[in-house]
Amino acid sequence: MTTDTTDAAGRDRVLGRFRDRLDDFDVSHTTVDPDGVSDAVEAVLEPPAIGVDLPEGRGELPPGVTTVWSPADLRGAATGVTPASLGIADYGSLVLPTTADGVEPVSLFADRHVAVVAEDDVVGGMASALARLGDRFRADRGSAIVATGPSATADMGALVQGAHGPKAVHAIIVRS
Amino acid sequence: MSDARTTKAEHIRHILETEGAAIEQNTQGFNDGRYESVADLEDYEGLKREAREIKEDAIERLPELLDDLREAVEANGGTLYLADDAADANEYVRQVVDDADGERVVKSKSMTTEELELNTVLETDGVDVVETDLGEWVLQLADEAPSHIVAPAIHKSRESIAALFEARFDPDQSLESAEELTRFARERLGEQLADADVGVTGANFVTADSGTMALVTSEGNARKTVAATDVHVAVAGVEKVVPTVEDLAPFLELIGRSGTGQDITSYVSLLTPPVGSPTLDFAADERGTPDDREFHLVLVDNGRLAMRQDDDLRETLYCIRCSACSNACANFQQVGGHVFGGETYSGGIATGWEAGVEGTDVAAEFNDLCTGCSRCVNACPVGIDIPWINTVVRDRINRGDVDADEGAVEWLVEGLTPDADPSGVDVQKRLFGNFGTVARLGSATAPLSNWVADTDVARALAERFVGIDRRRDLPQFQRETFREWVSARDGLALADAERTVVLFPDLYTNHVQVERGKAAVRTLEALGVAVQVPDVTASGRAPLSQGMIATARERAEAVAEALVPHVEAGYDIVVIEPSDHALFQREYEKLLDEPSHEALAANSYELLEYVYGLLANGADADELADGDGERVAYHSHCQQRTLGVERYTEAVLDERDFDVVTSDAECCGMAGSFGYKQEYYDVSVAVGEDLTAQFRTEETADRAVVASGTSCLDQLEDLLERPSRHPIELLAPE
Ligand code: SF4
Repeated sequence: MTTDTTDAAGRDRVLGRFRDRLDDFDVSHTTVDPDGVSDAVEAVLEPPAIGVDLPEGRGELPPGVTTVWSPADLRGAATGVTPASLGIADYGSLVLPTTADGVEPVSLFADRHVAVVAEDDVVGGMASALARLGDRFRADRGSAIVATGPSATADMGALVQGAHGPKAVHAIIVRS
Repeated sequence: MSDARTTKAEHIRHILETEGAAIEQNTQGFNDGRYESVADLEDYEGLKREAREIKEDAIERLPELLDDLREAVEANGGTLYLADDAADANEYVRQVVDDADGERVVKSKSMTTEELELNTVLETDGVDVVETDLGEWVLQLADEAPSHIVAPAIHKSRESIAALFEARFDPDQSLESAEELTRFARERLGEQLADADVGVTGANFVTADSGTMALVTSEGNARKTVAATDVHVAVAGVEKVVPTVEDLAPFLELIGRSGTGQDITSYVSLLTPPVGSPTLDFAADERGTPDDREFHLVLVDNGRLAMRQDDDLRETLYCIRCSACSNACANFQQVGGHVFGGETYSGGIATGWEAGVEGTDVAAEFNDLCTGCSRCVNACPVGIDIPWINTVVRDRINRGDVDADEGAVEWLVEGLTPDADPSGVDVQKRLFGNFGTVARLGSATAPLSNWVADTDVARALAERFVGIDRRRDLPQFQRETFREWVSARDGLALADAERTVVLFPDLYTNHVQVERGKAAVRTLEALGVAVQVPDVTASGRAPLSQGMIATARERAEAVAEALVPHVEAGYDIVVIEPSDHALFQREYEKLLDEPSHEALAANSYELLEYVYGLLANGADADELADGDGERVAYHSHCQQRTLGVERYTEAVLDERDFDVVTSDAECCGMAGSFGYKQEYYDVSVAVGEDLTAQFRTEETADRAVVASGTSCLDQLEDLLERPSRHPIELLAPE
């Protein structure tokens, strides 16, 4: 279990573990400063792309990503770009909050999902993630998806990545 | 009766032929994955303990937690409905669908709705019900039942799914690869999801503090089922409630690893519904607001609250339906849930679920498939004693099961079988349960008894009346029993010994495997230990495995009466038969008073465990036979592995310079009487062949076969046609 610490070496360990685990689950990733987010997204997206605005300080979406989308756009999108509220180092998981502007559908329907997570929001293990989420859920009845790797199924006789959800996931880790 | 056995045998053979290969490959893959995945955890046992404690506490406080949960769900803007039974739950859901003018209901995988048969009820109302989990969808199209609690279509091969799609949809391009099949299913189901009105999901856990439910999935269909519909109905058993969101942690870490061997599944949806995502109207191409969403949580009793009051079935409610017990089960690996399963649930724990939800009669149909090998015990993330639940339910079946057909031969077995159980016990079970009497008689009349038993006539009779498969060789009873041999000889005198042990002369050692008993005595004496052999042979293992608990308890009490005084006198107990050693350690806890069980458990040792201890404490290993590099293939006993004591045998053989290769099959498939039974002979052989295949490789084919358990020795000899011995026979000095 990766312990959460605040010292620099401890943080490096947590982030190192997070990247390793993203690799294990076939999630490609890039680490950038906030002003590099737009280019990083641009580099991995496949049009047409839809998205959800990123929170303050996490950078901007490139112009090719529209945040005004209809259900038809959702079904037609090749890429969905969303923020992730947490990363979980031990599992390479991205925690996707359900929000009124649609993080849940945008991260789900397109073949490619690009998630933007802040370094500061990467926690060590499952227990620390749930401690944060528990407080949030009790306070404002929120929901979230702990997403690890692309969607997958073994029901068709062999393991296939890309079942009902994305086939490929890319994480953009934003330095603080 | 014999007809029933034949029909069952035929059904099993059919499933072995048609589904066995796919099931075996998948479950063994999951099982290997489990070992690998849990090995990465820093504190696997600690997590399991934590998970167990949370469940124990939650079930204990269930009424209070349900009150808290209701408050939370209502504060969130949803409703909680507690349904007494299937009809009540179905009626409620049907009303919700009707109120929503629902024409199509999309569902993500839910065992509980299978239990309720919700689909049938909704379909009667003319609602189009679509399963969106790919495996469930395949089964819906094929009109088949799930064969596994996590991977429901595990019995279907890629080819059979392709043929099914071909027949049903006549697609433009032919579908072959798993990718093509998946893509096709995704597109079709995508359309159906887009114009669905109501989404029905299950829930793996529900937290009482916030009304949050956890859904553990991989495909993303559960997410879509919720996202694409305005009305969300979650259906789950009442036992799914845990106190807090934080309590989910150990379960989320364990469930995927234990089940399919994934560290975590692709998605864990933590939903506090109605969820905060916009509604999606695909037909009008409009987005709505989260306020348009509606949520109903339906928690189902359907027998669970009665299970909560039942001291033996209560543990079943801790089950998180991970499927580890199915995947770890050697029998399940061969036949899957279409043989080893009831109305809804499958695998070892299904006995508890089906007995509690449907009744013991349903559990009776498959409960015999649990042989008590105990390989599921360590695999279960919440530490449920699954074999014990099977034993208890078998006992209840025995008590309720008076089969008139058996009256005719009852007298035959009755004379042989002085047990304490009611006359309802199936004649076959009664015979095996009273193995002690049979063995005594067998030795007394040997070799005649063996010659008679070996005739075709006797085999045919045994098959006809008590269901012993005629293809099996019966145990060869020895005229001179182990105890007779011991009392006729001058052993190492107590005064000359460094210590004294009491060697338990189990039934098999006493009557059949006499040579391993002699070898044990020679070995112990060579290491300076005087051996006493008490006047008690029947441990209770035989009746216990037939579910004859009263008889097993009588035997256990007799053993305690004979052995506890020795323990109090400071002697250690040494046990040769691993299934009896396991009994002293594990099941006696349920059969004896606490001090007696503790005395026996703390002071009894498996033979090679004891030898290992003697060597570690300075006994001279050179007194034992020198292996001189002899190549052996060793199969440890299933129950020995559960206790983790097989390593001592390996270590001692290694120390004496034997070159050992150990099998990793979960069980030999013989499991006491199981492999003798006509209806299970084929499963037993199929399981055994996985083991013997490991001893037929280039590396192992010429090795001497060694096994600790009597059953394993019998099975290996039958299938390999090579002699097999207990390891002590290799180590004993001349
Ligand atoms: S009994 Fe234990 S191992 Fe079996 S499905 Fe339930 S939780 Fe998993």
